Amino acid sequence: MPSAKPDPFILGGKLIHSRLILGSGKYPLPRIQEVVTAGEPDIVTLALRRVNPFGEANVLDFLPKGKTLLPNTSGARTAKEALTLARLARELGCGDFIKIEVITDAQNLLPDNEETLEAIKLLVADGFVALPYMTPDLVMARKMEKAGAAAVMPLGAPIGSNKGLTTRELIRLIITGVAVPVIVDAGLGRPSQACEAMEMGAAAVMVNTAVATAEDPPAMAKAFALAVKAGRAAYLAGLGPIAEPSSSSPLTGFLNTPSSED
Amino acid sequence: MTELFGDPFNFDFKAVTPSMVERALTKETLALEDLGALLAPAAEPYLEAMAVKAQDLTRRFFGLNIALYTPLYLANYCQNQCLYCGYSQLNNIKRGVLTPKEIQKELTAIKKTGLKDVLLLTGESRVKSGPDFINAAVSQAAADFPSVGLEVYPFTTEEYAAAKAAGADYVCLYQETYDPVLYDRIHPKGPKKDYNWRLFGPERALEAGIRQVGLGALLGLGDFRPDVLALGAHGQYLSQKFPAAEIAYSTPRLRPASGIQPLGAVSEKELGQIIFALRIFSPSFGISLSTRERAFYRDNLIGLGVTRLSAGVKTTVGGHDGEANGSEQFAKSDDRGVTEVQKAIAAKGHQPVFTDYARL
Repeated sequence: MPSAKPDPFILGGKLIHSRLILGSGKYPLPRIQEVVTAGEPDIVTLALRRVNPFGEANVLDFLPKGKTLLPNTSGARTAKEALTLARLARELGCGDFIKIEVITDAQNLLPDNEETLEAIKLLVADGFVALPYMTPDLVMARKMEKAGAAAVMPLGAPIGSNKGLTTRELIRLIITGVAVPVIVDAGLGRPSQACEAMEMGAAAVMVNTAVATAEDPPAMAKAFALAVKAGRAAYLAGLGPIAEPSSSSPLTGFLNTPSSED
Repeated sequence: MTELFGDPFNFDFKAVTPSMVERALTKETLALEDLGALLAPAAEPYLEAMAVKAQDLTRRFFGLNIALYTPLYLANYCQNQCLYCGYSQLNNIKRGVLTPKEIQKELTAIKKTGLKDVLLLTGESRVKSGPDFINAAVSQAAADFPSVGLEVYPFTTEEYAAAKAAGADYVCLYQETYDPVLYDRIHPKGPKKDYNWRLFGPERALEAGIRQVGLGALLGLGDFRPDVLALGAHGQYLSQKFPAAEIAYSTPRLRPASGIQPLGAVSEKELGQIIFALRIFSPSFGISLSTRERAFYRDNLIGLGVTRLSAGVKTTVGGHDGEANGSEQFAKSDDRGVTEVQKAIAAKGHQPVFTDYARL
């Protein structure tokens, strides 16, 4: 049996040990530990605005050690506000990885791509590893890449919707159109959808609501971890072509008929 | 009712049929008439289905989190004569206004409970508790609390901008009733008589850069159904005009205050219907539930739409430091301290959240 080819996932210059990224926002805090233990993510996201240094119910106290923290800038409505939150994260010892969330649509929580692009420029200039949450748009993804984003994180569906990979065609274009890793974030509701994103060539997926709203969140985290592994393996194995309809008399048969001039 | 958001007072709640309720329950994006259907008597047999949907939406949008806050009454002088309020100018009660030193004592006492979100309240007196006084208190509070709210009389846009600069993060301004005729009758005298000035207050706050607004109707003043429909219309209107704004509903039931009895009554069952209907109509909006409701009721609504609970509440002027400087605005039904409310939230499998906001 041939040994598996190495398949490192490098993000912002760091080797990441799992292609499943989990959120920490929708659980009672004591639950986070169980979910992280079961899902074995390397990266766990957290909302900076939830961090309550030295205070009650501080999310930082509940995150298992040894994980890469990915603070997000939720609450920011402008690039400058995202930078303020990123610096706060750094001060609190959360490291330099920042998931940029700039949201000016409070009802659907859709990212503001334009402000996000500006935020990337500010954060990169300040030495952060910028990971922008974005509405899938290849042209914008390219601009973000050029601005120094370490990855792009297009949404699969509106956040919290559990609707799955509803933007799959747009994400497919981004995966083939940029060189940085593409992390599908938001909207994935089932392991099969995470698996599909990975089969398409996404570098990783990020899940929160689907696990948090499951009847058994740790078991669901485990299910997502398995699906992500399966999807990645399928991507690496190279999916076979899907059978196409064939015509009984070849359409190009006429091309083989010699003409009198030949 | 202003033409701004239609006329909920013409909605025929009695004409709602079960199939209209069912249709509203299957829709992903509800129109105002769907909110009307969910508030109608015909929706009563669907309360369980509404609760299930409300729970699902609350989980998806807010997770298993309940934000905690506490009110701090700074003053109870008032130039209004609202027929339903303990602070009415006509009531012979103990009046008071806190000095900066007293405010600091209150803030320090609240801080000790672990709470990080404080809501500052006053009566409506531009003489005894003017905008400068209020905004000075905001500055004081903002130094210690990541989130500071205002529940005071309507400000001008400039005054809201000054509040924002002082550190105010959110503004609650309840219309009490959206019915202009009833509004006029129950506000016989005082600056509050100006219906439109109050109605457009939240809008002025948002224009001034305040990030979150709370809207509400005092249930039981009149027929609650059109009032809640108007509340939904108000929320929808604001969310369309200010897409970045975070908006929350509050649904206080009229409580006896200084001997004043409610004119109409909303049952706990009806309040449940209201909360479920508002959650289904506005999935991304916060919903607060005050200590007007008893502990049992508040606890059971955790996860079913409510996202924000007060704890350690004093409705007197001051009082967090154990010493009241003025009479209370309304009678509470839930006297629990912060630790007890925290435990109750945890017992419901939810996380009590002290801070969900960073001042930017």
